[in-house]
Amino acid sequence: MRNKWWMVLALLVVVPGLLLSTGCAKQAVKADAEVSQATGQDQAALEAERARKAAEAARLAAEEEARRRAEEARQREIAAFQNENVHFEFDRSDLTPEAVAILKKKAAWLNANPQVAVMVEGHCDERGTNEYNLALGERRAQSAKNFLVNMGISASRLSSISYGEERPLDPGQDEAAWAKNRRAQFVIQ
Amino acid sequence: MNQIRPHTGHCPGRSIGFYLVIGLLWLAALAVSPSRGAAADYGYIDLTNPFLRKIPIAIPQFRTLNPGAEVDRLAAEGSRLMSDTLNFTGYFMIVDPAAYLIDPSKMGVTQADVDFKAWKEIGSDLLITGLTALDEDVVEMELRLFDTVKQQLLLGKRYAARASDYRRLVRRFCAEVLLHLTGSAGPFESKIAFVSTGSGQKEIYTCDFDGYDPQPFTRHQSISLRPSWSSDGQWISYTAYRKDRAELYIRHRTDKRGAVVSQAGLNLNGGWVPGRFELGATLSVSGDQEIYLLTGAGDIVKRLTQQPDIDVSPTFSPDGKRMAFVSKRAGSPQIYVMDLGSGQSERLTFEGNYNTQPSWSPKGDRIAYTGMVKNRIDIYVIDLRTRAIAQLTRDSGDNESATWSPDGSLIAFSSTREGTSRIYVMTAFGTDQRRLLTLPGAQSMPSWSPGGIQ
Repeated sequence: MRNKWWMVLALLVVVPGLLLSTGCAKQAVKADAEVSQATGQDQAALEAERARKAAEAARLAAEEEARRRAEEARQREIAAFQNENVHFEFDRSDLTPEAVAILKKKAAWLNANPQVAVMVEGHCDERGTNEYNLALGERRAQSAKNFLVNMGISASRLSSISYGEERPLDPGQDEAAWAKNRRAQFVIQ
Repeated sequence: MNQIRPHTGHCPGRSIGFYLVIGLLWLAALAVSPSRGAAADYGYIDLTNPFLRKIPIAIPQFRTLNPGAEVDRLAAEGSRLMSDTLNFTGYFMIVDPAAYLIDPSKMGVTQADVDFKAWKEIGSDLLITGLTALDEDVVEMELRLFDTVKQQLLLGKRYAARASDYRRLVRRFCAEVLLHLTGSAGPFESKIAFVSTGSGQKEIYTCDFDGYDPQPFTRHQSISLRPSWSSDGQWISYTAYRKDRAELYIRHRTDKRGAVVSQAGLNLNGGWVPGRFELGATLSVSGDQEIYLLTGAGDIVKRLTQQPDIDVSPTFSPDGKRMAFVSKRAGSPQIYVMDLGSGQSERLTFEGNYNTQPSWSPKGDRIAYTGMVKNRIDIYVIDLRTRAIAQLTRDSGDNESATWSPDGSLIAFSSTREGTSRIYVMTAFGTDQRRLLTLPGAQSMPSWSPGGIQ
């Protein structure tokens, strides 16, 4: 029984295969003949077509490169926007001159990118106590947000949240780490 | 004189059937008041500072009534737990068994059979004897407290419980001992809620007063903070983050019931008002952080503070008439007390420029708080009448979040003295500081429940 099936399978696969291979050989010969006849007349047209395609490809590549660079630049801008934090003094939520300078840059970028919405996060260092720091963090976020609103950014694009001392950037326990952690952070939504 | 007689004649199982019929999990019964004359006597403990002189007490391993490995284990565990539990209060000095002149396995347990001189001689003013019996899965214990100097039975009780519940039985007797000696039943029927990061996120957990049986209470997988107990002990409120907001949750301790307060801005949990189903909370819906009085269902009763700066962390006096809280109105965070009738506030703390986390003692006379001096964070207590301040922790990491035991004798807090933040307990006078429990992750923000909720 099994042997019979093998024979049927062999016939089904091998016989059409032989037929096809002879067919192809004949067609290939014919195609060669056509190409040799066409060579003289269309050589110039083919060359022109090839050049046109190469130019098109180059143009597309340049465009792609420009697009990629623009996107990279934008990603750098976004990263710069998100990574540059505004820092605060201990137990303070008012803005230092450095904080104001950074917030002015952020306002300019937000003006240039009107489709962007931002969450302003307020954070504290680990000193002090948790609940008070949640309140202080909220005041820091509000300080930064209010400054941006006064610079003309629509309040509808800005939201705020306090994390108190729950999300430190630097787990260290020295003034350098604490200073880094006392911050308003800006997250594009 | 109605004393327990030697328990040798009959099986203790005789009375057990009756108690199981009335469906009690465990039974405080055959309570034997020793005599009218020996009613509660607080002379043993100086309640103005009870931890200065600890009372020496001997708790020899309990005797067993019937033979068997399981009853032996219960007797050993029971007496060890009683030592640990009474030691936890800070009132007692447990006499080292190595000093015993009498072999506990042969000693008598009743007034007639106790050799008082042998206990008095090793300096033990008090003695507890125990007799343990096991009938199937019901354990029965006869427990007696003696004054070895007066050679007097102070307290005698017989309890029965499922063997797996022997812990509650021992605690019940400890509460009787404390009630007899101090007039207060101690913290034994209370629990402690706290925050732990064992799962990777801050979640709320609860455990017994002595750190036993920690259990997760929340599973928000975000940030859950600052639990506090309703004054009936049936509800736990806390702050948790959901999406982009810190919300206030009020959840029943055992049922799936509760409310969520989710106004715009912060919704921070605070303390509950003793005797009422109301709590304080910090909301910033008005634009800045103000303290509100909420119902236990989460509805706003009224706004309590009206200052443009930070107001946070409400805690209420035992009579519910005053509130202590933190305000930055004078430029630095300080503790204030508000008379809720008149709405008038008075500044309480003037030392240092960072005083937060007030916790009003259940006796009403003192407020514990967290102060920061030169970057060192410690627990302080201020006497409301004299305004005298006592520093309870020092030179041992950061110490925060003081919470009083319901009887006011102990304070739990968090400390980084061993590196990772853990929960510790001390007496209300700052003595006997020790770790409450060890769990994976870091623990913080303990909150002691009212009594009577075990």
